[in-house]
Amino acid sequence: MSGLVVTNLSVAHGAISALRRVDFSVELGQLAAVIGANGAGKTTLLRTLSGLKDANSGSATWKEREILGKRPESLVRRGISHVSEGKSVIPELTIKENLVLGGIWRGDRVDTSRAIEEVVELFPRLGERMEQSANTLSGGERQMLAIGRALVSRPKLLLLDEPSLGLAPLVVEQIFETINQLRHKLGLTVLLVEQNAMSALEIADIGVIINLGEVVATGPANKLINDPALRAAYLGY
Amino acid sequence: MESWQGARCAVVNESAKKVRKKLLLFILLGWVLLIIGDRVDELRVYQGAQIAMYTIALASIVLLTGYSGQVSLGNGAMMAVGGYAAALTLNNLQTPIWSAFMMAILVAALFGAFLGLAAARLSGPYLAGTTLALAVGLPAIANQFSFLGGEPGLLFDIGFPPERFGEEFTQYKWYFWIATFISLVALFVTSNVLQSRFGRTWRAIRGNALAAELSGIHASQMKVLAFTVSSGLAGLAGAVLAMTISLVAPGAYTLALSFALVTGAVLAGISSLPGVALGGFILVVIPEIADVLAASLGNEDKLNSYLPGLFVSVLLILSVIYTPNGPGENLRKHFHKKSAH
Amino acid sequence: MQKALETLLIGLSTGSIYALMSLALVLVWRSTRVINFAQAGQAMFSTYIGFEIASRSQVFWLGLVFAIVAGALLGAGVDYFFMRVLFKHANSGPAAVVAPVIATLGLLGLIRSIVGLTWGGEFRAIEAPASKNGYTFGEITIPFSPLNTLIIVTVAIILIILAILFQSTNLGLALRASAYAPEIAQLAGIRTARIRTIGWAIAGGVGGVAGMLVTSYNFLTPYSLDLLLVFGFIAAVIGGLESMVGAVVGALVLGVGLTIILNYVGTSLVFIGGFTVLLLVLLIKPDGIMARGKVRRG
Repeated sequence: MSGLVVTNLSVAHGAISALRRVDFSVELGQLAAVIGANGAGKTTLLRTLSGLKDANSGSATWKEREILGKRPESLVRRGISHVSEGKSVIPELTIKENLVLGGIWRGDRVDTSRAIEEVVELFPRLGERMEQSANTLSGGERQMLAIGRALVSRPKLLLLDEPSLGLAPLVVEQIFETINQLRHKLGLTVLLVEQNAMSALEIADIGVIINLGEVVATGPANKLINDPALRAAYLGY
Repeated sequence: MESWQGARCAVVNESAKKVRKKLLLFILLGWVLLIIGDRVDELRVYQGAQIAMYTIALASIVLLTGYSGQVSLGNGAMMAVGGYAAALTLNNLQTPIWSAFMMAILVAALFGAFLGLAAARLSGPYLAGTTLALAVGLPAIANQFSFLGGEPGLLFDIGFPPERFGEEFTQYKWYFWIATFISLVALFVTSNVLQSRFGRTWRAIRGNALAAELSGIHASQMKVLAFTVSSGLAGLAGAVLAMTISLVAPGAYTLALSFALVTGAVLAGISSLPGVALGGFILVVIPEIADVLAASLGNEDKLNSYLPGLFVSVLLILSVIYTPNGPGENLRKHFHKKSAH
Repeated sequence: MQKALETLLIGLSTGSIYALMSLALVLVWRSTRVINFAQAGQAMFSTYIGFEIASRSQVFWLGLVFAIVAGALLGAGVDYFFMRVLFKHANSGPAAVVAPVIATLGLLGLIRSIVGLTWGGEFRAIEAPASKNGYTFGEITIPFSPLNTLIIVTVAIILIILAILFQSTNLGLALRASAYAPEIAQLAGIRTARIRTIGWAIAGGVGGVAGMLVTSYNFLTPYSLDLLLVFGFIAAVIGGLESMVGAVVGALVLGVGLTIILNYVGTSLVFIGGFTVLLLVLLIKPDGIMARGKVRRG
């Protein structure tokens, strides 16, 4: 099927196994929430899918083409954008430069400007401070900038790593709402990795629960909210 | 309590035995070298003295870079310090030869201590660049102060071999004997230092300075100590060099020398003390090979000047890429792989 | 008073050449985390090429252009063929720290040997594009000449071009991003490996200019640029190794400082003076004069 298909994926950090035989799939246009406690392997999953890390075995395809073992730059050209945890913004650059960065690879200045305008519409707070250095932004604003930069690349598959990390609950709500609106408006496929299980599952179509590197449950998001496997993944019983 | 003390005793006895064994080995080695020295011609004897000199200089790099992990390009400068100290002592204080060599060690070690104090907080390219600046700058000081002899330098003449060795005993053979003796003593002492807790501490620092600090090691102090000892060794080598050419001058301690030392150390296995013999050998053999090649190619001036450098550089690059820890490491990995299956 | 002014002017002229070298070193350091000691060799090679063209055509500027091109090509080549191989192989054991430093030193020796074997070690001269005679004001002649002015102007132009490149172009943005945060740049679709090679090419070209300018008032030998390397490095460290502005400021400071030592203390102490300045800066402000609090120790 089209979309993101992950089959039997195993990834290790040296001798330490991080992911074991992970299986799940996300259809085009769906938002999948990948839930798990700290250290469950969620970040490793995204880093493997975006090309920053090599897998040990298994496969992952996007639109029926294999994506494992490719350089991140080439996956961006296939429409995959990864907003990595906490550090997806370059503080030494201005806000505008961070956004422009996402469009360089396409080489289309006009379209990049248009894309930046759309991002500013989405996040007006960024538009007010375009020429300022990115290290003057608050946590929530940085997250907006990071997502904005990814959007400038006009992705088809968006990988989001814990966008809510370190943010106040009100800001988290806003971000999640924005993500949900976005993906409907742009027809994005989204893989949302989160510790904040409830909020993530509320906007998701399907959920994937990972515990200690293994998938312990998948299914429609609204069903998973009540699944005991979810509680087990977080509380251990 | 008793068994713990007993264990300690056993360990101390073991290492005392090892040291004695090593001493015997070195003495034996000394005899062998002397016998060889009798059988070969003048040129080889002279080269033997050069090899001995290089082994001391390379040992200083093994200690500093291989063990304590500090990359310094200034050992050539330290050799200069030792050479000048020895010459000044011999010429102005009319002391016996061996005290000139002792002064070389002490003065160079003192300079090294200062350098180490300054360098303890530097690492990687910062340290390399700083010592590079030293290597370029220090020899030039000789031109500024007249008591250092300026460009032409100072004489360093240790005199003729004792008469009881007979007429056949040439000057170069005397140099060879002295250089070999000093080298063996220096290497013996260095070997013991490297295998003592000092050596272990240095390697701990090299591996992970933070972890070492947390284990109670004063990383900075140990680093300075490494610089001090290493510079003392280098100073000794510099004095031996001066002896073989009967001269100390800025031209003998150029940047090229520091490069050659680093090259020799890498080629021989940067943390392997036994490797210094191989390194010294290579450093002497390469110009020889290059000379032969240059002669067969027409003996142009530029061939003579630049062919040795070409070989040395290519060797250095190849060995840094393919055997960065010395050929010993590659062999070990190879056998390790085999036994793992 | 007059001597002070002369010292300042000469210092600026000297320092501006150091600025090119230190810029090249900082460029490579930021993109590859390596101090490229071979920069001296690359600059030297480029200068010999420039010398050939300049002496045949009798036009200094033509030689300069060729030096820039040769330097850029060589720089790109070194990164593409040499550095990548190096990082692939030498990445473990006690030598991992040491390897890049020694490798670039080895490369320096290699380039020097090749140049020496090709051109020989004789002193070569390049005809300077401007007079070396000091300006005269009535009866007074100061040691600052039209050539010095030309040097300062040339370096200023290059700096302006580089500043525009880095601050106002997409390529410059990609270069900066790849240096600050290579992973993020990759995730934004930047081909960081290619960008890095471009950075090396720029550094190589800049080094070529430095070599040509130095040689315009000195002689050219396979060793003549070693000092430029040392002083360029010292300047880069003084400036903090992390910023290009710092590289330039550090170079000017060093140039003026060394000229002060030269004029007021003694010629042979210049080198050790450079070493002393370096040591002092590293001890007092290990992150350089221009550093803004980010601690990096190599």
